Amino acid sequence: MSDVLVEVSFSVNGAPYDLEVPARRLLSDVLRHDLLLTGTHVGCEHGVCGACTVLLDGAPVRACLIFAVSLDGSAITTTEGCRAPDGGMGPVQRAFHECHALQCGFCTPGFVTTVTDYLRHHPAPSREEAREAIAGNLCRCTGYQNIVAAVQRAAELVEGERP
Amino acid sequence: MKPAAFAYHRPRSLAEALDVLAELGADGKVLAGGQSLVPLMSMRLSSPAALVDVNHVPGLDTVEVDQDTVRVGALARHTRVEHDEAAYAAAPLLRQALQLVAHPTIRNRGTSVGSLVHADPASELPAVLCLLDGHVTLRTADGSRDVAAEHFFRGPMECDLRPGELAVSATFRRPAAGSRTAFVEVARRHGDYAICGVGAVVSPDGAARVALVGVGDGPALVRLTDAEDTGRTRSLVDAAIEPEADIHASADYRRHLAHVLVRRCLDEARAA
Repeated sequence: MSDVLVEVSFSVNGAPYDLEVPARRLLSDVLRHDLLLTGTHVGCEHGVCGACTVLLDGAPVRACLIFAVSLDGSAITTTEGCRAPDGGMGPVQRAFHECHALQCGFCTPGFVTTVTDYLRHHPAPSREEAREAIAGNLCRCTGYQNIVAAVQRAAELVEGERP
Repeated sequence: MKPAAFAYHRPRSLAEALDVLAELGADGKVLAGGQSLVPLMSMRLSSPAALVDVNHVPGLDTVEVDQDTVRVGALARHTRVEHDEAAYAAAPLLRQALQLVAHPTIRNRGTSVGSLVHADPASELPAVLCLLDGHVTLRTADGSRDVAAEHFFRGPMECDLRPGELAVSATFRRPAAGSRTAFVEVARRHGDYAICGVGAVVSPDGAARVALVGVGDGPALVRLTDAEDTGRTRSLVDAAIEPEADIHASADYRRHLAHVLVRRCLDEARAA
């Protein structure tokens, strides 16, 4: 069967897009190949690793488990959208930097989006809670210790930014 | 891998969705949360000719609680059901089980009704539907029918859903007043499919019903008139399950887990 293009409109990091894409194209591929937003990484491509996690209307979802055509009218935030208003690193990204919470960095975009949402609901996580918060994201380099530290550091940075 | 091409339909009303499904017949497959379907398609284990995307059908994203039941609409995401306070007050077992369904990120998109229709033998919700005497409501362009949990699950990944039908809701009955419930499981990692899982409803008179997952073709329901009689419980559980070996666990280990988890689940429910 040849691919028929389907119209879909959604926003990514606040910018509106009107697209025509094959129905079978995954959100992760639309972000990377059509919109050239290569911050979202694709690891396992079946929902296990968490590298492709983005925020859909504010809540984390796997971009590799959603067809982009399903998202008509939605607002998507990728790791690029988790930056500070001045274009520099956002609080979660800064915390990962400060705490050396990445080595190869492949998994990091999924952690950044996941943690960004988590801290909105849990502003001061304990170490145990921070560990639970990232349980759906795999990292094969760090052993997670510094990532857990970064979740807690990010909570401090977010708190410090509150007016 | 990438999914094979398919014809895509995006109905904007229930009537339109049912008309499209009627037209497509056996070629049509419903797409709701897609958290099981999309990976199956990406791995080319499933290649439906056409998908009917119900994500834009209004009126299906509902959790309704009345005196006797909790009714969950086809587009209610697991997260929505899990955090619904009225549903929790009516049937705590729902939240107890949903907390064990994959990770929050998956629950944000996956739907509870979709999980029932997917009928994975290791998934939690089919057991909950059985324990809470639930049913699934199936609509077609011409009418609707309710199928009770005990008849709905036909085998691994197989349920009583006919071509042209849309599972519009699942209804869970509130257990008798004073009942206590629990759901426990053992998985290799938190959020993975359970190697074995057990849910239980313990009535005020001490009788109990347990449902086991991951140890047979579908949820295995066991009625215990006297849950204190451990020898009798053991033989009833043994008779109800048919554990198989896979890469993660031997059949013997699954059987061992079934007995341990039944005891653990009943203890937890009684302590609730």
